[in-house]
Amino acid sequence: MGINLYAPQYEVNRNQNKCIKCKVCKRQCANEVHSYDQELDVMVADDSKCVDCQRCVSLCPTHALSITKFKNEFKENANWTNRAITEIYKQADTGGVLLSSMGNPVPYPIYWDKLLINASQVTNPSIDPLREPMETRVQLGAKPEKLEFDKDGKLITKLAPQLSINVPIMFSAMSYGSISRNAHESLARAAQELGTCYNTGEGGLNEDFYKYGKNTIVQVASGRFGVHVGYLSAGAAIEIKMGQGAKPGIGGHLPGEKVGEDVSKTRMIPVGSDAISPAPHHDIYSIEDLRQLVFSLKEATAYTKPIIVKIAAVHNVAAIASGIARSGADIIAIDGYRGGTGAAPTRIRDNVGIPIELALASVDQRLRDEGIRNNISLVVAGSIRNSADIVKAIALGADAVYIGTSALIALGCHVCRSCHGGKCNWGIATQRPDLVKRLNPDIGYKRLINLVHAWDHEIKEMLGGMGINAIESLKGNRLMLRGIGLSQKELDILGVMHAGE
Amino acid sequence: MEVNVKKIYVNEDRCLGCHLCEYYCAFAHSGQKDMVKAFSGEAKPQPRLTIEEGDSINFAVSCRHCETPLCVESCITGAMQIDEDGRVFVDESRCVGCYTCILVCPFGSVIPGKEKAIKKCDLCIESGNPACAENCPNLAIIYEERE
Amino acid sequence: MLLKEGQVRIPSGCAISGIFSKDGRRISGENVVKSISVMHDRSNGLGGGFAGYGIYPEYKEFYAFHVFFDSNEARENAETFINRHFDVINLSRIPTRKHPRITDAPLIWRYFIAPLHGKLEESQLDEKEYVARCVFKINTKINGAYVFSSGKNMGVFKAVGFPEDVGEFYKLDEYSGYSWTAHGRYPTNTPGWWGGAHPFSLLDYTIVHNGEISSYDANRRYMEMFGYKCSLLTDTEVITYIFDYLNRKQGISLKDCAAIIAAPFWTEIDKMPEDMKKKFTAIRNVYASLLITGPFSIILGYEGGMMALNDRLKLRSMVAAEKDDLVIVASEESAIRVIYPEVDRIWSPKGGEPVIATLTGGEV
Repeated sequence: MGINLYAPQYEVNRNQNKCIKCKVCKRQCANEVHSYDQELDVMVADDSKCVDCQRCVSLCPTHALSITKFKNEFKENANWTNRAITEIYKQADTGGVLLSSMGNPVPYPIYWDKLLINASQVTNPSIDPLREPMETRVQLGAKPEKLEFDKDGKLITKLAPQLSINVPIMFSAMSYGSISRNAHESLARAAQELGTCYNTGEGGLNEDFYKYGKNTIVQVASGRFGVHVGYLSAGAAIEIKMGQGAKPGIGGHLPGEKVGEDVSKTRMIPVGSDAISPAPHHDIYSIEDLRQLVFSLKEATAYTKPIIVKIAAVHNVAAIASGIARSGADIIAIDGYRGGTGAAPTRIRDNVGIPIELALASVDQRLRDEGIRNNISLVVAGSIRNSADIVKAIALGADAVYIGTSALIALGCHVCRSCHGGKCNWGIATQRPDLVKRLNPDIGYKRLINLVHAWDHEIKEMLGGMGINAIESLKGNRLMLRGIGLSQKELDILGVMHAGE
Repeated sequence: MEVNVKKIYVNEDRCLGCHLCEYYCAFAHSGQKDMVKAFSGEAKPQPRLTIEEGDSINFAVSCRHCETPLCVESCITGAMQIDEDGRVFVDESRCVGCYTCILVCPFGSVIPGKEKAIKKCDLCIESGNPACAENCPNLAIIYEERE
Repeated sequence: MLLKEGQVRIPSGCAISGIFSKDGRRISGENVVKSISVMHDRSNGLGGGFAGYGIYPEYKEFYAFHVFFDSNEARENAETFINRHFDVINLSRIPTRKHPRITDAPLIWRYFIAPLHGKLEESQLDEKEYVARCVFKINTKINGAYVFSSGKNMGVFKAVGFPEDVGEFYKLDEYSGYSWTAHGRYPTNTPGWWGGAHPFSLLDYTIVHNGEISSYDANRRYMEMFGYKCSLLTDTEVITYIFDYLNRKQGISLKDCAAIIAAPFWTEIDKMPEDMKKKFTAIRNVYASLLITGPFSIILGYEGGMMALNDRLKLRSMVAAEKDDLVIVASEESAIRVIYPEVDRIWSPKGGEPVIATLTGGEV
């Protein structure tokens, strides 16, 4: 179509003095960047194909490789940036919607980094987590208005089904199809050993994974992929996906290249067909319809599983959450605009939705104002990057968090954001068997366990520092946070005071 | 003969055919401390194991250190030996390069050397830590005891 | 600029003491004053207070409101409100003695009242809820007026000063009751406002508290869902509301209340027999936001009983003793021995284990 208007984005820098021509870069690059020139006996690279996934850099035995931004500069323009210009070229070429993967990379403010945590001193001793019990077990689900005991002190009240997890961290929904079977196996095995849950995402559940059922949350999304009674009964909880932080207002998208035999069988769709979930659930056009679905699922599972409703953080998220809290749902999951995705239209990923910190603060406050905060549990997601983010999230009012991108990074992801191409060199966001092999679940699940254990330990250290020895005493405890570099309005919405106050 | 000796085991489900084991093996036997230097000369060091590549399966082939090694029986000079730990090794000074062991090995683990002597896996006897298992990026090569 | 208490949270360290007669014998207030004065160094003179039960036998059917007023105008406004909602049987200034170390006293009045029958019917509330709501109304809506005691046949006496001075100021030697609790305060700020001293009370629940709750905001934001407005921002206030909510509104026994606010650890719960395991798992689940973390030792006084409790890790001292029909609790053994040198039994209760004393006959 005429001139190729874009220069490569990345440049492969090879130190030829260090290169021993072992050819591992050529063998391991699914984008076919590297090749060996027999005549000249050198390794060469085609920069235009490089996506900066860092596979070759990690594997090179002599560290001869590095990837940098391609040193080519358009004339300096704060408004018409390189990105803005090349995106127009792409659309002029293809006439298509720009597609992206992973979470919003635009430099909007990150509120986690503007919140500071308290520590106890003098008037209140901090607690030593190595010598005193420090409890991070959480129970998610609907709570009754009160508990009643008989004259012998025995419990009479029957509680709704609860999800009991050992740490306030669960693995976020990532569908089988968007990520590989080995990635799912790593998540399932890690969840089992950690005593927490992972989420099937909207890809259905492979029969081989039913054995991890006690640690699985099965998702019912608008496409209803893989949803049948066996599927619903297999999990420990059912999640209705109303929205996703990365792409509020639209449904899921799995490109046809990622729909192979197994994915097709699990999702109950033909091989090679694009799996596009519709935007709304076509049987939920209003809050009362949601209530109907919640109860249908409860009936189908004899009221034995808690129902989670997952929504994206949008402008009136507080009102929506209030409606959901009265709909019979047991848990509300809120996904902020930084949440990851396997594929989403770039414009929606980067411009739609609001930060999870603000959404969480306002939902928690609204539910308390209406006196219904105890009707449901709140789980938040949308870029939880470390244990401090988790402590701040719980202090703002969450019961627990979901981690998605963090889990994939633990498995080897380098956030190169090329998932939608299906050629993930790390074996995570791909269905090609030769690539999927690269993620060894025996290694993967251990790395996930390590990550969650490390974070749990850090959370305990921070709790002890605050003089708290049980995570429930941190929930909604806004006085443990102070803001820094925030406007009064932002402080008001977050419900915290400024540092120094 | 010791039954429970540690050996190299390869899991074909996990082998990616990246060939890194070959390069690390060669480097480990090169006598050099620097990998770049080891491969910089005209004469490149040789690995003691080979990757067999297929459509969807890859596999690293190395000496099985059999209990009754056919190569040891067939060696005409006695260069190929088995020690009391069950490790099959070659005394390169005695090897005349007749290649009988290569023909006789049912696994194809013995490799013709660039000079006279043949090359084969010695379980990294010098360091005690097989370089292939140590450096496999996908844990496809395991060094352990099995029944 | 120093903010008034209620606008800023003031952490503090303190001393507490309590005496309870199971036979319902009425003891002079002198004893508890003596007990708390031995622990002088635990206070810094910025707050002291007492609660006595059974001290108004002649008016035992009526609610005894003790009120602070900043000005006469505040008093007039409050009295208009009280007269609209209650029958006032008797009203007077609380008798006090001049004391060199108790200064800047507000107006302190006492009213013996009963809810106006017609108003009570109209409100469709039960009597206690009606009285509690009136107390909240006065404290939040009428500027300069603060009801600091609102139970029947009991009263709170508190001020800014050392507790022994406060005891003298209020002439506690002239009162006798079957239950007494006392508190001396060591706040890390100068509130200067008498309402901030302990005990904090609502109806017949009074709390004296030594400690600082790390879980304060989690507890407060939960309680505010049920209409309790924490105006003082002190930990003690929220603890009192928690007892009022759990014991009065939800009908949960005090022993189970203790299990909610000082719940057993998961390691213990996991080892319990099935029934108990279910019960405590449910308690930690449903009432998770009412778990009180942070060092505390509290004495809860209520009509007909007294309960002393330490936090789960026992990060504040508390000693209990029994002598004949008396149960005595204090932050230090010396505070017990100074009034009763010989006791039948003396021990240190475990963290999370309540010490509950009730009237043997039931009513007094």
